[in-house]
Amino acid sequence: PEHLEKLPLTTSGCPLVIQCKNFRIVHFVVPRERDCHDIYNSLLQLSRLVRYDELYAFSYNPKQNETERMQGWELIDLAEEYQRMGVPNSNWQLSDANHDYKICETYPRDLYVPRNASKPIIVGSSKFRSKGRFPVLSYYHRDKEAAICRCSQPLSGFSARCLEDEHMLQAISKANPVNRYMYVMDTRPKLNAMANRAAGKGYENEDNYSNIRFQFVGIENIHVMRSSLQKLLEVAGTRGLSVNDFFSGLENSGWLRHIKAVLDAAVLLAKAIAVENASVLVHCSDGWDRTSQVCSLGSLLLDPYYRTIKGFMVLIEKDWISFGHKFSDRCGQLDGDPKEISPVFTQFLEGVWHLTEQFPQAFEYNEAFLLQIHEHVHSCQFGNFLGNCQKEREELKLTEKTYSFWPFLLDEQKKYLNPLYNPNFSERLSILEPNTVSFNFKFWRNMYHQFDRTMHPRQSVFNLIMSTSEQNKQLEEDIKELELKLEQQKGKQPNAVFCKEPLLSVHPMSPTLKTSECFKKEQPLLPVNESIRTIEGSNTADNRYSEYMEELAKAEPAVVSLEYGVARMTC
Amino acid sequence: MEFAELIKTPRADNVVLHRPFYPVVEGTLCLTGHHLIFSSRRQDNVEELWLLHSNIDSIDKRFVGSLGTIIIKCKDLRIIQLDIPGMEECLNIASSIETNEWRLSYVNKDFSVSPSYPPIVTVPKSIDDEALRKVAMFRHGGRFPVLGYYHKKNGMVMMRSSQPLTGTNGRRCKEDEKLINATLRPGKRGYIIDTRSLNVAQQARAKGGGFEQEAHYPQWRRIHKSIERYHILQESLIKLVEACNDQSHNMDRWLSKLEASNWLTHVKEILTTACLAAQCIDREGASVLVHGTEGTDSTLQVTSLAQIILDPRCRTIRGFEALVEREWLQAGHPFQQRCAQSAYSNSKQKWEAPVFLLFLDCVWQILRQFPCSFEFNYYFLLMLFEHAYASQFGTFLGNNENERCKLKLPQKTMSLWSWVNRPQELNKFKNPLYEANSLVIWPSVAPQSLQLWEGIFLRWNRSSKFLDESYEEMINIIKYNKELQVKVNLLRRQLAELKTDDEMQESL
Repeated sequence: PEHLEKLPLTTSGCPLVIQCKNFRIVHFVVPRERDCHDIYNSLLQLSRLVRYDELYAFSYNPKQNETERMQGWELIDLAEEYQRMGVPNSNWQLSDANHDYKICETYPRDLYVPRNASKPIIVGSSKFRSKGRFPVLSYYHRDKEAAICRCSQPLSGFSARCLEDEHMLQAISKANPVNRYMYVMDTRPKLNAMANRAAGKGYENEDNYSNIRFQFVGIENIHVMRSSLQKLLEVAGTRGLSVNDFFSGLENSGWLRHIKAVLDAAVLLAKAIAVENASVLVHCSDGWDRTSQVCSLGSLLLDPYYRTIKGFMVLIEKDWISFGHKFSDRCGQLDGDPKEISPVFTQFLEGVWHLTEQFPQAFEYNEAFLLQIHEHVHSCQFGNFLGNCQKEREELKLTEKTYSFWPFLLDEQKKYLNPLYNPNFSERLSILEPNTVSFNFKFWRNMYHQFDRTMHPRQSVFNLIMSTSEQNKQLEEDIKELELKLEQQKGKQPNAVFCKEPLLSVHPMSPTLKTSECFKKEQPLLPVNESIRTIEGSNTADNRYSEYMEELAKAEPAVVSLEYGVARMTC
Repeated sequence: MEFAELIKTPRADNVVLHRPFYPVVEGTLCLTGHHLIFSSRRQDNVEELWLLHSNIDSIDKRFVGSLGTIIIKCKDLRIIQLDIPGMEECLNIASSIETNEWRLSYVNKDFSVSPSYPPIVTVPKSIDDEALRKVAMFRHGGRFPVLGYYHKKNGMVMMRSSQPLTGTNGRRCKEDEKLINATLRPGKRGYIIDTRSLNVAQQARAKGGGFEQEAHYPQWRRIHKSIERYHILQESLIKLVEACNDQSHNMDRWLSKLEASNWLTHVKEILTTACLAAQCIDREGASVLVHGTEGTDSTLQVTSLAQIILDPRCRTIRGFEALVEREWLQAGHPFQQRCAQSAYSNSKQKWEAPVFLLFLDCVWQILRQFPCSFEFNYYFLLMLFEHAYASQFGTFLGNNENERCKLKLPQKTMSLWSWVNRPQELNKFKNPLYEANSLVIWPSVAPQSLQLWEGIFLRWNRSSKFLDESYEEMINIIKYNKELQVKVNLLRRQLAELKTDDEMQESL
């Protein structure tokens, strides 16, 4: 749980409100105040764990044997992914410089760099970059021979420069045989970047680097994002919310503005590569929040592979897990600095959701897939998202002690398939160019009110189409089988065609009657999945207009009775 | 409304008739405009019972499982019992013969009583035309309370009218009170939903209008809502369209302009009031009277939306057309005035208002929440919006039936429906996901559940290519499913045929 709150005592008992990280809100009413207090304290302690090995992942046991578990961890292989992109090649190579995490603790062991970036250049550049996060390859576009690289801010202060770092950037631009100039995207607002100069950090001086085009894109920092989400949730959680309060709350939270900024940056990045054939270096301050957002969304716009189920897992594994997005700190997995918590990854998922809304046929996965990933980033049930970087994960021996999330997700992939997905979509459209005019951005109800069923459509088009296309597959198989049987049957009676007529005349039985009888035996032909058609939660009490009728029908508050061990909740 | 139109189920089979001192008979029950007819339908000895609807004094219905029983007590003191299998059929039949509490009145046949009413209206049987004339004097524009909807499930009704002309000195009208009370079952209470806030309603008294005083209508409970009118709605539309048309807005500006337009606030308010009316009828088992000031705008939004929520028939294409015909055209919504100009008009005329567009938007919101419960799709609503504002058909011309008659529109123009209902046109408007759903559908009115109707307001501002394509794909999946089912059935039949042939051959 994210937040616990005990409300003042009422006649029916002591209310307890639990706000979860997956945006579920549960209200309990505990009849005895002492019980409520006990529950409150227990939950408070249980939700503030201090050590990693207290997390659920270390005790979660899905009854798999050792081989299965190890195979699960090997499902996503990043070396394979870089190969798929087309590296190593004549311009890019695998560097072993960080093999022992000596140069950068928060980077993975395996890093891809331009072939002409020698080790001294790498080492020199890393010393000039915040947390040693020097420029490395994030995505290579095979057709354009252009690259997305990522790093952290340079330690330039007001005037410092570093020749190795300048060489490093030159090496990147030289690794692109088509276009010599490269973009450097500082994803921060200019003011923030300038303020950093006072602390000896900052941004690239265009005069010192040849062939670069420097640009700010103005995505706010983790603290702004945290309070933005806070405001958003406050608005969304208001009872009896008016339309105007909703929109002004949405506006004041700035949430959609931030989502738009992230997507705008990704579009800029993708266009630089697809249209100008230019390589792009992306950074923010430390290069693990905004940089991860922009690199991953940019790649998603460029490469249809990341719009498949497997590809999306690879993308998260690459740009988020391996490059050291601090999942543990950002999701508050352990009791720590609350100022480190920030919904950076949630914003990434929301960006993807907005793309799926604009390109309903471009993605193999559906909304439920995104929601499920969000769920388990916070659940700590699997090892993948524990810790802040690869080095830490190795020290925690996660592959030995916990299970990987991806095979479980893949196992259930039927649930996450988009029935409208058209694999040929990308053939027509090599790069997704979303429309980022403000009116395209919507409040993501199914994320922030995932558990408030009363606000959802009562019938799901998606479920219906999904079950229909599943049924279509079954029917296709049935047809094959029936045709085979029919062939066999015909084979059994070689003269079937000739026999048929005289037989009918001998037995003056109506053929239609006869067939319909046989037909009945085969019923039910296709059990219609009723659950899909049914209407969930559609009653007046569930809806907000009942508030206007309070005199007419007073809804009984849900009461939890500890004595009987029965809990009724209102969500 | 003809009586025949009230007959929802004209025929039921396997009905069992019980009469004192006669053996029980099984047969078929038929309802006609005037008679209830029961026939054993046996060749040898036909037994038939003909009962005039006007002979029916009272009806009781009971259910044991899905078997319904109707006990009919006649004015000639006879009592008979009919067992009707199927809850739905039984309710339909009961409600069809029960409605003899209502009659059609031709009091307005020359439009003299209420110029904006149609020539024929449905009113309580116990109120004669003379009384109606008196009530008309007491209601704004002569719009006396008439039947808008009959909820066959529990026999509750929705009436609509205009405001009563109580004025500042609290004028009352006995006939008005009698008329309204005549719609209540003994011992039941009703709700008057005034679409204006109490404040506005009180102010209306100064201009001769007003609202029903508790003292004079003790069996009725008044609820005030506040649905906006005329220029406020028109301004809202203008602001909304302006906001949608400016692509340069940053996020904050867009959201604040969207908010400032108040469009979705109006949508929410209208939907909430309609849900309230539906809730009174379906859940509280109470009859409802809806009115605002004139009874030609917000009143119709509420009564028509409540019917969409309550009555599955209104969610079919024909049913929706009938609803528009009944609750908007016949009911005298002044289309000519309201739809003279749309969002780009500079001239500030008093009468324009997107009342009908707001109604369509509300339907769109419900359709989005219940995407499988409507026979029509978004394009159908879009088409109605277009034709309400500009049309080569006569349907939406004029402000009421009176004007349409004078203009001889039926003789001189084509009806929109005659064009829309041609199979090739109708196909465009059919919702591939539709599956008839007989339930009452309760939409969510939370702001998080309401959305901007992109198909109208962003239609010319962005490409919908990918959305349209995905809609096509969805249709294809469903079409393909139907084809496959047909093919599987065919193959199974062939196989079964071959097998039986085989067996016969072997037995020979």
